[in-house]
Amino acid sequence: MAVDEGLKSELQKQGVFILPFEQLYNWGRKSSIWPLQFGLACCAIEMIASAASRYDLARFGAEVFRATPRQADLMIVAGTVTKKMAPQVVRLYNQMPEPKYCIAMGACAISGGPFKDGYNVLKGIDRFIPVDVHIPGCPPRPEALIHAIMTLQRKIAGQHLDKAQRPRWYDKNAASEYPIPAFGEHDLQPPANRDLWEPPRNYRDVTLDEVKKA
Amino acid sequence: MEAIEKIKEIAVQAVSGAKIDIVNSTPAAQQPALLVDREHIYGVGKFLKEDPRFQMDFCSCVTAVDYLPKADKPGSIEVVYHLYSVAQKHGPLVLKVRAPREIDQCRVPSLTPLWRGCEFQEREAYDLYGVKFDGHPDLRRILMWDEFTDYPMRKDYVPPADYEWEPTPHDDTLDRAISEGGIMPPTAREELEKEKAKKK
Repeated sequence: MAVDEGLKSELQKQGVFILPFEQLYNWGRKSSIWPLQFGLACCAIEMIASAASRYDLARFGAEVFRATPRQADLMIVAGTVTKKMAPQVVRLYNQMPEPKYCIAMGACAISGGPFKDGYNVLKGIDRFIPVDVHIPGCPPRPEALIHAIMTLQRKIAGQHLDKAQRPRWYDKNAASEYPIPAFGEHDLQPPANRDLWEPPRNYRDVTLDEVKKA
Repeated sequence: MEAIEKIKEIAVQAVSGAKIDIVNSTPAAQQPALLVDREHIYGVGKFLKEDPRFQMDFCSCVTAVDYLPKADKPGSIEVVYHLYSVAQKHGPLVLKVRAPREIDQCRVPSLTPLWRGCEFQEREAYDLYGVKFDGHPDLRRILMWDEFTDYPMRKDYVPPADYEWEPTPHDDTLDRAISEGGIMPPTAREELEKEKAKKK
């Protein structure tokens, strides 16, 4: 956007703001991320602490925890996702309107954490829904969650409206729902959404062509 | 409360035909238990609950233990009940009952008709160990989903191969990664090759 920075600054002093519509639009969106009121384990306690007065998530416009997915912009997966809970988590994410974002909070939500070896724990929610920000920690401190919200805000601020670069959810035909896994005899069926998630590979097995493509 | 030997004597006299042994699986805990045969566990439980000397009115814990078969003896699933008396302020008295490990034979009488608090805990033992409790009012899975067919706390349970390998797997994880042809990080592979070279 070709506006002289010096002129912009001078105008701001007079109370006149000149900025592209995209920036105003994204500023509005990023300053009112409403999270889904939804916690699964001890990380939820840290999430509650973040929203309370000491850490005051309201400073970032993300304090309005909505008790329905229909009014939420952000799903904070706060805690261990058991295999029994995973279909419900995906279903809640599907019920959120676009644009929607997801923060995987804590070791369990990103990888299964200390329960990774267990038979009943999903080894990371990114196997079923796209995650925008991962926060490590067990549980992460409220500062870490606030950092994740700020990271998400930067991501939102960087989204463009023009046709070539606009986000996926502007496309009416783009899928906004993700397949809900079924309860199988031994495991969830399928155990991961392979369109979203690939098991990590040994870099020695990666071919030169793939590297060139990437 | 009387010594465990005395309790055993009283119970054997009161419940005709009951075979009771005193077992002490962890001597350090100094908590010997009464191992009752399957046919008489309900009778012994009922006696301990109703007899004025014991009044075991509270069953605090039900769990199961899996014993794999060894060379000299067959395996078994042991169900453990911890009984207390709130009225007489004594306890715990540990009752144990054993059943074969085979899924179709792994049945014991339910004690839920005696202590209502056993209901969910027996369901949990059924869910995780596959013990069927005869006489339980509502025996179905409680933690795992209904479609699940395994009993995951049994020692021979094989978890699904959905494991995402650690960056530097070791011990059991390394063995599994190798045997299942999983993703093996270069460090582990190098280490393994070194080990092989050493052995040669």
